This record gives sequence, structure tokens and C-alpha cells, in this order.
Amino acid sequence: MLCTWGRWMMAAMRHNVRNLYLIPYVLWIALFVAAPILLIVYYSFFDIEGKWTIANYEKFFTPIYLKMALNSFWYAFLITLFSLLIAYPTAYFLTKTKHKQLWLLLIILPTWVNLLLKAYAFLGIFGTFGLANAILEMLGIGKKQILFTDFSFVFVSVYIFIPFMVLPIFNALEELNPSLVDAARDLGASAWTTFRRVVFPLTLDGVKAGCQAVFIPSLSLFMITRLIAGNRVITLGTAVEEHFLVTQDWGMGATIAVFLMIAMAVIIGLTGNRK
Amino acid sequence: MKRNRTWGQIYLVIVFVILYMPIFYLMYYSFNSGGTMHHFQRFTFEWYKEVFHDPRLLIIVINTLVIALLSATISTILGVAGALSIYYVKRRRAKNLLLTFNNVLIVSPDVIIGASFLILFTIAGIKLGFISVLLSHIAFSVPIVVLMVLPKLQEMSPTLMDAAHDLGANQWQVLTRVILPFITPGIFAGFFMALTYSLDDFAVTFFVTGNGFSTLSVEIYSRARQGISLSINALSTLLFLFTILLIVGYYVISQKGGRLYGEGGRR
Amino acid sequence: MRRLVQSFAAVLLITAALLYISYRLNESEGYAGNHTLTVYNWGDYIDPKLIKEFEKETGWKVIYQTFDSNEAMMAKIAQGGTTFDVAVPSEYAISKMKEEGMLLPLDHSKLPNLKYLDPRFLNLSFDPGNQYSVPYFWGTVGIVYNSEMLGGKKLTSWNDLWNKDLRNQILLVDGAREVMGMALNSLHYSLNDTNQAHLLQAKRKLDSLTPNVKAIVGDEIKMLLANEEAAIGVVWSGDAAEIIAENDKLDYVVPKEGSNLWFDNMVIPKTAKNIEGAHQFINFMLDPKHAAANAEYVGYSTPNKKALEYMPKEVVKDQRFYPDFHSIGRLEVYENLGKRMLAYYNELFLEFKMHRK
Repeated sequence: MLCTWGRWMMAAMRHNVRNLYLIPYVLWIALFVAAPILLIVYYSFFDIEGKWTIANYEKFFTPIYLKMALNSFWYAFLITLFSLLIAYPTAYFLTKTKHKQLWLLLIILPTWVNLLLKAYAFLGIFGTFGLANAILEMLGIGKKQILFTDFSFVFVSVYIFIPFMVLPIFNALEELNPSLVDAARDLGASAWTTFRRVVFPLTLDGVKAGCQAVFIPSLSLFMITRLIAGNRVITLGTAVEEHFLVTQDWGMGATIAVFLMIAMAVIIGLTGNRK
Repeated sequence: MKRNRTWGQIYLVIVFVILYMPIFYLMYYSFNSGGTMHHFQRFTFEWYKEVFHDPRLLIIVINTLVIALLSATISTILGVAGALSIYYVKRRRAKNLLLTFNNVLIVSPDVIIGASFLILFTIAGIKLGFISVLLSHIAFSVPIVVLMVLPKLQEMSPTLMDAAHDLGANQWQVLTRVILPFITPGIFAGFFMALTYSLDDFAVTFFVTGNGFSTLSVEIYSRARQGISLSINALSTLLFLFTILLIVGYYVISQKGGRLYGEGGRR
Repeated sequence: MRRLVQSFAAVLLITAALLYISYRLNESEGYAGNHTLTVYNWGDYIDPKLIKEFEKETGWKVIYQTFDSNEAMMAKIAQGGTTFDVAVPSEYAISKMKEEGMLLPLDHSKLPNLKYLDPRFLNLSFDPGNQYSVPYFWGTVGIVYNSEMLGGKKLTSWNDLWNKDLRNQILLVDGAREVMGMALNSLHYSLNDTNQAHLLQAKRKLDSLTPNVKAIVGDEIKMLLANEEAAIGVVWSGDAAEIIAENDKLDYVVPKEGSNLWFDNMVIPKTAKNIEGAHQFINFMLDPKHAAANAEYVGYSTPNKKALEYMPKEVVKDQRFYPDFHSIGRLEVYENLGKRMLAYYNELFLEFKMHRK
């Protein structure tokens, strides 16, 4: 793979003298992407005692890890779906506000507060005596267990990823030519039809970028699986974390990482631009 | 149409309330004399005093800011170069391959990135500390900058550049007079995302730091065993208010000066 | 373009200013010179006043670095590239670090205060003759419970946790050895059992506990229990003391089937540069008065026998945290089971976590 890649680059450089920008970028890729990938692939062939083996790959195809992979994909799908459902209208209404750039910055800002602190705040808010339950009680629904459920896990994950979904969709909406919308309206299309036929298709690239930015990292979530889901949700990220830090079985951890990278490549291949 | 707008505003208000809810929760308890994030007892400034009497914590905050600003700047430059090079590569397969490589660091779990960087730095003989942390933050921020800048480039019409060439502009002039102004919003977005990644990161920094160098998130995580003191809440509150002030202040000034924020390409 | 250049110049200017401030701060705090001693410890696991006192007494400037798990700490030390003069790993990490040559032997002639330690805690299996390590704090694993939430019920044994009435009431600590150990103990097996049939039996027993388990969590378990998020928690004794200090409705018990006896220990890792200072620091912490002050600040049990004289009677006489060993069936120290067995424990634990109600 690396070889073909090198040839591509050489060809690209020869055809295109303009592309001097490749040099620093390729250097970065070689040092901080290619080298770590090689290291990880290398490690994935060693067992816990440092002997060469392919047992890690066999182990990945046992029910427990397959179930884990399935779980991760399912939750990542849910998180992406809800992020999109919430982020699209947010981005849309943001473009209609007066100080849109300022509001956009204010959407990103909460990300700068430490995640662990925010997770602790959620522990308080979702707890038995927390704010969320107080509201439920006020509404006459009564206390519910919110913490350590699928709901709280998906909620907090969506909370974390919202800015990463809003940003690309916002950019896509901004680039939209307003005259197109006007034209559609003039031709008698309803607001919904205009959205479905004109606005949404033209912002599809932003949606794709947002989904990539959410789906891919949510495959490997870890800390909040413990804090918010009480280890009820085990994702591939949790397993990698465990293997690297607790079991010290770097081989198995690396093997899962290899699968995560393959999954990412496939997703990008599927959603890549086909213009 | 009018009614639509009202609904939109209500929706936005709800989203903002939820986004800021945990932060206000943290702020509220930073004034709690009880010492925990539960059962508010009495109002106190004790935790704020503690922050200012802890020079080590202040050093850590400055370290965090320096790393974030420097790494965001450098990775923005690298990322713009990367986006340009991807843009110039014509073949689709090569393009996708580059993009895949670009995204590897976004998908990889932090622990793996941290562990492999640690091995890398040891092989390269780089002493753990400021330099190693800075290098890794640059490394994992580059791809997000590329992802932010690339769409802007793709949206630029190629005739614009051809026209500039026809008018006798050289490479450098095309870059600085045509391309960069056009993609400025993307560059700023990339810079802010890089800043976000750097401020947010714990796992990678944890692996590659050493020799007394520490950042805020590493400090917070390692304090978790004994329970996080409310002085961390107080510190976060201060930093948060400071950033809001900075952003709003900058925005107001740039509005007054007549230079609108999204100048590049649109206005 | 001009705006771009201006913005970047502004950012660089701010960075330079910050770097200057940090340099001045570092200088005024004395972190810049050669007279430093780096202590690598758990977060907030020492009385900061003692560090100040140590600095005044010896002239070394202490850099206090923190870690959040033994494994991460070992990864750092194994890799080198950074200086740690004193570290505080748990006992199971010590046998591993010893095996991999990550520790320097201690010079007992420089540690005269060793004599104050309780002999029960010296010369243990993980470090015979205390060649490499000196105990810092010790404790047990047990059950914290809120008898008010349980209607006045008292818990005394691990098997009490399997009671059908306790649905969704238990928080477990996220540790494979702790949770597997609890199941093994409840079946009257050893914590260090390596018999596969026994381990599988323990795993099956754990699966049947699932309906009672509300969550498996980390350090936040203290906060959750103090806030009465659940009635029962399986925790380390040090954490238990902290929880009880915060909410006095809670009680702690070391189950009668037996439990784990753990130690955090001071060692000198191979990355040490200031070996003289490291010995001084360890000896300083072994001083009975300092050990007593530290135990009061941290709230864990000190292994320093002489230090107990300087501490409040009600603390020292508390059987929950300073038990005499005859009252408990069996207290075992974790043995180093080898990487393969440890991986097996972790895998069973992972399967238990994935077991659905």
C-alpha cells in the first residue's frame, strides 16, 4: 500500500510542479501517520509474551469481540443519527441569525471545558437527586433511573459531538446560493419541497463531512462508557484502552486498532466525494 | 415565514441551554463552601483564592495555553499546505488515499496514538516534555485543519486561478492574492478546531509528557483518584469567562471597525 | 490576507508573552535549577504541607508529578526519557517492575526510620526483605453500604450481595482483580486462584449478580455512594474512609469470607537522578510524626506503628480500617500471576461486563 502511494505521489509531483505543498504534508504523514500505523500493525502480530503469532486476529473473530464490534457500530450509528437530527436544524437556524459567526463560536466554546469535568457535571445532573429527575418529578412523571442507561450514554455522546456536526453543515449552508432557494419558491415549491429538493441535496457534502467527523470517533469512545454508562456499554475503544493500559496486551489492542482503521478507510471510501 | 423564525429562535435557545447546562452546573458549585458538587451549602470565594495561591496550577494553565496556541498555529500552516496538496492531486484514487491517511489520526483511539508517539519519541531520542507534547499536538491537529480547509478550496472555481495566471500573476501571488483570501474562513475554522483538540486532549499528552511538564487536562485526570477539588471548578469558570469575554470583545471590535468577520470570499 | 497575517502575528505575540511569564514563574518557584527531586505519585496522595517542610529541611525543590494508574506509570518509567526519583506503585506492580529491572535497590542504612514500620507489613511476598520498596499506605477491599437505604439491614459477607432484594443497588469498582477476587472469595477460593474451572465458576457466579449491579465505575464511585446514588459499593478501604467521612449513614465491612490486603509503596525507579534526595524523601515520610500527619490528610491507613501514637484514638481503634488480622478469615496479598493469567482474569471480567440482564 505504501509503495503504490509513493508512486502516486511521484507521478503527481512530476505532473504538477505547483504541488510543492506536498513536501511538509508528506513529511508529517510519514512521521506521524505512516510510522505509527506500521508500529501498530507490527505489534498486532505479537502475543502477550512477545512471541510472533496471528492468534490475535483469530481472537478478534470470536463471538465476544464480534459482539463488541457490532455494539460499537450500533451505538456509533445512533449517536451519528441523533447528532445529525439535532445539528442540522441548529446549523440552519444559525445561518438565519444576525451575528451568526459569533453564535457559531459559542457553539464550539463548551468543547474547551475539560471533558472529565463536564462528565462529572452530567453525573450530578442525571443522578437520582439531580436536576433532570427534579424536572421529571415536577412534570408528574416521577423519578427514573437516567444515569447508567443507553439514553444517558447516547445523550452525552451527542452532546460531545454536536459542534463537530454543526460546523461542516453550517459551512455548507453558508455556501448555498440564496437565489436558488428564491427561485424554487417563486416556482411555487412549498417550504418543505424546497428544503427536500434544493437545500438538503446541495448541503449533502457538509452532512457527509459531519457524519464522518462523528461516526468515526464514536466507534472508539471510551471514558464516558464508564462514567456515564457505568460500563454497560462496551465499545472497541474501551477494549483498546483496557488492552493497552490494564492488561498490557498491546498485541490484542493493536489488532483491534487495525480493525478500527480498516473500518475508517471503508467508511471514507463509501462516503467519499464522487464528483 | 415570521412564525418560522420564532420557532427557529426557540429551538436555538433550547440547544444553547443544553450545551451550557453542565458548564453552568460547574460554575454554580465553584461557589459552594461544602467542597463537593452536591448539596450547596454556603456561598464562598475560597476556591478562587486557592487558585491564585497555587503557582503550580498557574504554570500548568500557561503551559496549556502555550501548547494550544503554538500547536494550533503550526498545524494550521501544515494543514493548509496539506489541503492544497490534496486539492492539486488530480486522480481520484490518489486523493482518497491521501484523505484516508489524513484521517487515520482522527479515528485512532487516543491511547494508541499516545502509546505509538511515546515509542516514536523514544526511538528518536526526544526528551519528554514541552517539545514532545507540542509535536504530538501538532501531529493530531493537522488532519482536522485539512478537513476544514479542503471544502473551501473545492468550492473555489478553477477559472479564478486561471484568470489570475493569465493576468501574469506568479505562483506566490496566486496563493496570497487569490487562494488564501478565499479560504480564510476555512483557515480560521481549522485554527479553532485545532485549538479545541489541543485543549481537550488528555490521553495523548499523558503518554508523551514528562520531566515536570504538565497540562491542565492531565492534572485534572490525575486528581480524580482523590476527588476533584472545587478549585478546578473555579479555575475552569475563570478560564471560561475569560474566553467568552475575549471572543465577544473581539467580535464587537471587529464589527465596529467595519471589518466584518467572514470577509473572505463573500462580502 | 492582511487579516490572516495580523491574526497569526497576534497569536505568536501572546504565546511569547505567556512563555515569558511561565519562565519567570518557574524561576521564582525554583523549578528551573538543579536542586530538584521528582516525586511520581497518585494525584493528591500526600499532605502538601509535608512537601513544603521537606523542602525547607533538605533544600531540595520537589516536583510533584501525578499518574492515575499503575499501568500508565509503568509505561512511562519503562520507556525512560523522563526523570522520576521516587514513585509510589501498588504491590502487584512492584513484582512486575522488579522482574523488568525498573527499580533500584534501597540502601537501608540511609533509611533509619524503617524501624518504626509495623513488622506485619514488612518482608512480604512481593518484595522479600524490602529490598526495593517501603510501604506507604495499606488497606483492604470490602463493602460500603447504606443501612438506611437498605431498611436497617447489615451486610457481613460477599454472599450477601447476591440477595434478590438488592436489585440495581450495587456499584462495583472497575478492577478485574477486585471483582474476580470478590467472586472467588465468595466461593471460598483464593484470590490468587489459577485453576481454570474455579475461575469459570466464579465468572458464572458473577453473571448471576448482574441484575443487582447498577454500574461498574472508577474513582467516581466515592461521589456516587456519598450522594446515595446506590446503597452498596465494593471499594478499597481508603476510599471507604473518605466516603464515610462525607456521609455518616454509610458503613464499611471487610467480608467474613476474606479479602484482599493491598499496599502502596515508595520505590526508587531506574530513571532516578537524585538518589540521595530520594532516600532522604523516603526516610522523611517514614518519620512517625510525618506519617501521622500524612495519614490524617489522605485518610488511608498508615503502616507506621509508631505513627499511630500521634493519631486520634478513635481512628486508630477503628476495627474497620485498622483491623487486627485474627478477626478476618483470610486476607491475601495479590500475587503476580503472570501476564497470561492476568490477561485471562481481564477477559473474564470483560465478558462479565458485556453480560446483559
